[in-house]
Amino acid sequence: MKHPLPLIWRMIPEKYYLMGSHCTTCKNDYFPFRQICPKCRRLGKVSEKRMPTTGTIFSFTEVYAPPSGFEYESPYPLAIIELDNKVKILAQIIDCPMEKIKIGSRVSMRFRRVGDDDEESAITYGYKFALIEDSASAPTASVSSAKAEKPAKASKATASKD
Amino acid sequence: MRGVSIIGGGLSKFGERWEASFRDLVVEAGTAAVIDAGIEGREIQAIYGGCMSSGRLVGQEHVGALFADFLGLNPIPATRCEAACASGGVALRAGYLAVASGMYDVVAVGGVEKMTDFDSADVAIALGGAGDMEHELFFGATFPALYALMARRHMLEYGTTEEMMASCSVKNHKNAVHNPYAQYHNEISIDDVMNSGYIASPLKLLDCSPITDGAAAVILCASEKAKKFREDPVEIIATAQASDTISLSNRHCMTELHATKVAAADAYKQAKLKPSDIDVAEVHDCFSIAEVMAIEDLGFYEKGKGGPASLEGLTALNSEISINTSGGLKATGHPVGATGIKQAVEIMWQLQGKADKRQVNDAEIGMTHNVGGSGATAVVNIYKRL
Repeated sequence: MKHPLPLIWRMIPEKYYLMGSHCTTCKNDYFPFRQICPKCRRLGKVSEKRMPTTGTIFSFTEVYAPPSGFEYESPYPLAIIELDNKVKILAQIIDCPMEKIKIGSRVSMRFRRVGDDDEESAITYGYKFALIEDSASAPTASVSSAKAEKPAKASKATASKD
Repeated sequence: MRGVSIIGGGLSKFGERWEASFRDLVVEAGTAAVIDAGIEGREIQAIYGGCMSSGRLVGQEHVGALFADFLGLNPIPATRCEAACASGGVALRAGYLAVASGMYDVVAVGGVEKMTDFDSADVAIALGGAGDMEHELFFGATFPALYALMARRHMLEYGTTEEMMASCSVKNHKNAVHNPYAQYHNEISIDDVMNSGYIASPLKLLDCSPITDGAAAVILCASEKAKKFREDPVEIIATAQASDTISLSNRHCMTELHATKVAAADAYKQAKLKPSDIDVAEVHDCFSIAEVMAIEDLGFYEKGKGGPASLEGLTALNSEISINTSGGLKATGHPVGATGIKQAVEIMWQLQGKADKRQVNDAEIGMTHNVGGSGATAVVNIYKRL
């Protein structure tokens, strides 16, 4: 699917470094970012907070009937991951065979290309997750379809351009 | 607030309707409802129409006005209602509130979706917009994928099996054989479901409702005037709607649809009834796991017992509780905007004793349950003969 450039630009903080929010009143974390804490509403005090980049697989599936733009990747695994602050997030699991994905597996964030529609539209990047056992070999074994991979903890400045 | 009853209903044929346009489907269902109600077009005072994705698919927006225009009902007010797959349900509720408030005596409520003209990957994008576009669809999460994530948790936490889920599809296909409006009239077996290809594991092709063209319409009337139009109006004795997080990952629990539980509790309270009072229910089985969760969340079975109940045949026609006598979304088809209204039409026929070979014996109380997205909207209505 096509994403307009301003949308891609606005999503950089959350897609590149998991920027969510934290309510200092009830101490809850939220992802994606929310301006209003649904528990405290006007009593809440919400500020930006980066989510932890490691977590545990809570549920997973393998998608065989992809939406347009993902045909070349199909089938691909998707998971709901419970991050280490208990916030859940949906993401693709990469760099491992389907058989190794289990509920309870530990995963950590990677920064990857998510989609490129055609020559005229921008390439979108964002978070994906990989099993932690594989993390040692990840830097050399990064043979996914992405061509311009960057480490998860890229600085804001370098991460904001293709 | 005053009582509101259905005085007529009608459906278009559901299926791959390549010969029929979006507006043809609206006219087909709309005229059927008007004729069934025995009213004149000039007696209709307003229109509420449910439609999810006409803009994304057909390219047509402003479909409220199109309904009024092509049904020959200008210049009455016509409003489109959208809540993804619950668009029909919220349109019905909007019409209900308009009549209950005393603003109108007679309104037409419809729902429509034209889907089979398009490539399935494009339909997946359109339907994916019912979830969180920026955090689900962005990463390639289709609707089957979201329900698959729920299914995997349900299997882990309650021991629900793929066969249990498959039994919902098998039962719904069996019911649809006797529904002339249904997309499919073939029975299937649990093996057929198990051997169909994966769409999003553990969900397979025959766990999923199809892509369908179709429309449905009902005519609502103030209960105090309904008997002027027919002997056997069906009163909506409760209507409840609830919302939840747009994104599945933000839910506290992924083995239930919380919005369904909230709406159901409200509906039972309004009607002063309990789950065991319901004789026949049309529940939102967009996927087999959705029917398992629905019969639990609506209170028919304890959490975790929905799968075994379905496998044992307790939800089959004229068993413990008759679920999805129309064939459900799975076998009647799921033109998303039309589904919530189609459910009401089926319950109307059941309570009037007009459901032919799929008739539930002595059906007195009926329920419809319509879900939008992965559960961000749920509408639960309860019906009884006036």
